Amino acid sequence: MAYTFQFRDVFAQQDAIVDGTIVTLQLSAVTISLGFLIGTLLAVALVYGRPWPVALARVYVEIIRNTPLIVQLFLIFFGLPGVGIKLDVMTASVLALTINLTAYTAEIVRAGLQSIPRSQIEAGTALGLTGPQIFRHVVLLPALKNVYPSLSSQFVLLMLATSVVSQISAADLFHAGSIIQSRTFRDFEVYTVISVLYLCLTLLMRGGFSLCYHLLFRRR
Amino acid sequence: MIREVALLDVYYLVLAIRWTIALTLMALAGGSIIGLLVAAFGASRQLSLRLVAQTYVGVVQGIPLLAWLFIFYFGLSIVGYNLPPLVAATIGFSVYSGAFLGEIWRGALVAIPKTQWEAGVSIGLTYIEQLRHVIIPQAVRIAIPPTVGFLVQLIKNTSLAAVIGFVELTREGQLTTAATFQPFAVYLLVAALYFSLCYPLTRYSRILEGRRRAVR
Repeated sequence: MAYTFQFRDVFAQQDAIVDGTIVTLQLSAVTISLGFLIGTLLAVALVYGRPWPVALARVYVEIIRNTPLIVQLFLIFFGLPGVGIKLDVMTASVLALTINLTAYTAEIVRAGLQSIPRSQIEAGTALGLTGPQIFRHVVLLPALKNVYPSLSSQFVLLMLATSVVSQISAADLFHAGSIIQSRTFRDFEVYTVISVLYLCLTLLMRGGFSLCYHLLFRRR
Repeated sequence: MIREVALLDVYYLVLAIRWTIALTLMALAGGSIIGLLVAAFGASRQLSLRLVAQTYVGVVQGIPLLAWLFIFYFGLSIVGYNLPPLVAATIGFSVYSGAFLGEIWRGALVAIPKTQWEAGVSIGLTYIEQLRHVIIPQAVRIAIPPTVGFLVQLIKNTSLAAVIGFVELTREGQLTTAATFQPFAVYLLVAALYFSLCYPLTRYSRILEGRRRAVR
């Protein structure tokens, strides 16, 4: 192999890398917060709602879960202006990622809510807990605890999936990669460095989530 | 020259599905080979083999698929192979699905109780016979629903091959958009086509899952 790896040119562009990493982290944090909140509400609606809203929510969840994220993103960013809704790159990215993650979160939390046996709720009633108390302490928190592993790995997958927004030139870490590539022509080195950074972010997030698990659920 | 979305465009988009399916099948074939190794290593009794499998899965699942595609696309060209996007995409998707399939299948192997192995030993089966007649038939039954579920993920993810220029459904959508400037209609159609591929599989996976629960 007559190729010499030159990482120096890539590391010289560290500003772009740092900026991109920050955007990726912000994008992930905003999307995960929104997706978790809305997804949990949707899951509660799916389990306890009336038939019509439930049917609508199911259609939403199935459509999102059975189409690719990049097509959803293109539809929102390139498609919506055609019907008069023009969004800037960041808004479109957050919107597409949130719409996507909400569907997955709803499905995961729904499974969690349905994993709580009826007898638990009856036990709560027998202890004289009020409706909201039962919902909070007997249903929602144990349900979230049960699905915490799948939920947190979904969030890590989402962080990795944010790389797709580079395709509508949102200035995230992956986009920083293509900028540096166009400046240095060091394709392979650039994407190796970017990949290692994503791997570090993944490990950090996994560590953070297992720390959160111990803080949130250990004493219950 | 901007033109309307004609019936011919719809026809080409529908035809592009075959490349999405072809890429999915090739990735499934490559991914199965890697996945079997990962599952065998991951379920092994030797710590070093388990570590190899865990590292592989951890690294592959910790890096965006988009980055894997670029690494193989650019990486193979610097080693001197100027490969078409199809080959780079196939390798990238095989590496990627190998990690996920490996984890699914390892889980299925580990889920078989130890007593099943012991029962195999007690009626005098060799290791290979235990695998073939006792363990694998049960493990396959556990593994099929999540494998079909992963197939849906794979079909959706092949859309990312568009970014390295492989003309499958999403790329065809981009090309059609460039010619007609009707992104809303085109991407809506593209999404509908993906949905028609994925939804039956999702349903099927759920039916299989339900059947498995009923058996137990």
